[in-house]
Amino acid sequence: MSEHGVDSNQIRELGRQALGDAHLQEAYRSSTLRLYTHRLAAVSEVPGFERLRERARELKREVMDHLDFYLAQFAENVERRGGIVHWAESAEEARSIVGEIARRAGASEVVKAKTMVSEEIELNPALEKAGIRPFETDLGEFILQLSGERPAHIVAPAIHMTRHDVSDLFVHNLHSQPTEVPEQLTAIARRALREKFASAGMGLSGANFAVAETGTVVVIENEGNIRFCTTAPRVHVALIGIEKLIPRLADLAVFLRLLGRSGTGQKLTVYTSLLTGPRRPGEDGPEEMHVVLIDNGRIATLADEKMREALYCIRCGACLNTCPVYRKIGGHAYGWVYSGPIGALVTPQLTGIQNARELPFASSLCGACRDVCPVKINIPDLLLHLRSEAQERAPAPTPSGAALGERTTIRLWAWAMKRPWAYSLGSRLARWGQRLLARGGWIRKIPMYPASGWTDGRDLPALARKTFRERWTEIEKQ
Amino acid sequence: MSNPAIAAKPRVALFITCLGDQFFPQVGECVVKILRRLGVEVTFDPRQTCCGQPAFNTGYRQEAREVATRVLDLFEGADYVVAPSGSCTSMMRVYYPELFHGEAEKLAKVERLRTRLFEFSEFLVKVLKVEDLGASFPHRVAYHDSCHLLRELQIEEEPRRLLRAVRDVELVEPQDNQLCCGFGGTFSVKFPEVSVAMGEDKLRAAAAAGAEYLVANDSGCLMHLAGLIHRQGLPLKTLHLAEVLASQG
Repeated sequence: MSEHGVDSNQIRELGRQALGDAHLQEAYRSSTLRLYTHRLAAVSEVPGFERLRERARELKREVMDHLDFYLAQFAENVERRGGIVHWAESAEEARSIVGEIARRAGASEVVKAKTMVSEEIELNPALEKAGIRPFETDLGEFILQLSGERPAHIVAPAIHMTRHDVSDLFVHNLHSQPTEVPEQLTAIARRALREKFASAGMGLSGANFAVAETGTVVVIENEGNIRFCTTAPRVHVALIGIEKLIPRLADLAVFLRLLGRSGTGQKLTVYTSLLTGPRRPGEDGPEEMHVVLIDNGRIATLADEKMREALYCIRCGACLNTCPVYRKIGGHAYGWVYSGPIGALVTPQLTGIQNARELPFASSLCGACRDVCPVKINIPDLLLHLRSEAQERAPAPTPSGAALGERTTIRLWAWAMKRPWAYSLGSRLARWGQRLLARGGWIRKIPMYPASGWTDGRDLPALARKTFRERWTEIEKQ
Repeated sequence: MSNPAIAAKPRVALFITCLGDQFFPQVGECVVKILRRLGVEVTFDPRQTCCGQPAFNTGYRQEAREVATRVLDLFEGADYVVAPSGSCTSMMRVYYPELFHGEAEKLAKVERLRTRLFEFSEFLVKVLKVEDLGASFPHRVAYHDSCHLLRELQIEEEPRRLLRAVRDVELVEPQDNQLCCGFGGTFSVKFPEVSVAMGEDKLRAAAAAGAEYLVANDSGCLMHLAGLIHRQGLPLKTLHLAEVLASQG
């Protein structure tokens, strides 16, 4: 792994490996297709879905434009309801806050709900180092904890695994009987986890939304494990990226209608929990409720007028399921926690452009992601912006097999494009040169980059004997 | 065939596009032929080169601006500017405003260009209001939505209407027809393995739908798909929409 464990600049190589793995290809193909199709069906049932998307976008824009106000309001309301608010500027700070809460609570075991931000701050290794055992209770995350992998998808973390893979993993780690029946696999995980909900001294969750008006943490799920994590242990800690804020409780109606449908094609997920403060007298729930508000690079994104839009994301994963590149190379090729089109925006922002400068280029800019985004993030536009940032601030090394660096090549190209005589001369030289390479109107191999990138996998049509401009005087007379 | 509502002979400046000029000049000839038959006067300014998209999409905005500035000046006088490419049209219509952000004088030129700029199929259907060009093409054809045409310009129906009006043509819709073919400009050489894998899916779907021809409005997609077909020896052919519309069977 490279700096900070970010392998994003290896995306081409990692993608190539994924493409060569037929088993993995089938896992991604079938799962993304299922999620994609379910989303389409769910969305088509809602009249005015487009209007909902626009409303959600407006709300997120409102929050980001006045984030200081909404954060203060949220924190105040959490405290008013008896919760404890912590502020973490960095991943390191967030980790030590959580460690400290666990230490004070005397918790040696922590049950965890699925939370991407905990993956982002790499919480589990830090907890383990402090002698605290984290137990992932989401089925997908439970699987990944056994396999020692990062999430391959924002919503379906073990999307890259088939039932067969999971069965093997359970047999190997939990000494269970092999089975490919999903219910039986779930039952195996359930047995392993059940007692932990009762014994763990602390439960940890993320948040899908944080309501400023009421200080409410909203989590949605299908398995019921989050409800357990946030209510059974004596202490509940919610990790919240500061972009998760929404203004009012009523706005939840907009976002909940979008999130389930966009993510998995569900009208609503099985459970929707609204957590406002610790338990009050005569109620169930945790004695202590902590919220950790995490920046970890988000404020810098907020300060970037163009990239601010990326913070609208509600992490539904629809852009991953629809992305033809993600479907091929899978989540791990993106080299960090967040993958797919949104990962290509978020990763350079949070880890530094130099650590992920290749990600914005790993897109055909087809725009399918923008069409499905529930908050209408103009992903291709932001990718283009990041490409120019990458060229300015983290230029790529000269590709192997290239005679010139990319910037020099583009400068020469622009120089010629501004001079029709140079353009025409270049064209004539190329046509003269291609006589050595072209057979029957096609070129099979050009050894020099970038043309070599083309001819590695497909033939290149030869340049026309006469260009359109050379034919024009004749065409004009006809 | 031409629309009587457009009384005066409209003048169209052709933006041939660099790929069209260098690789597919016959497409340009078909465009000219079709437009002339519809009573349009076609001009071609040989000082034109490229719209600047390769530099823009690779993150070199300064170089893209330099090339794009020439385009703004070249087409100042034309009634209409027509390009046989969804991708180049979207570069000029959608991304020039961003490229020249903050440059008032250039932006005014961009606005003037945008009101007169049309992609070829869009120009036929929306401006000239024609669909039946009297063409005949007795083959089974799959139309490939190029991404920029479809998602940046929202041109989905126009090419299909034009194709449906062609005599003896059978139009098929392969599965996942609006999925990207994998060309993606410099993406095709930066991530060739993914680009090729995406193209293979496209071709497989077209073959499964029984298509003999894949027809599109973008030279980039066509070059990529044709290159794959040729490398793999597949029984499929590619054509630009203008070539089908100019065909007499």
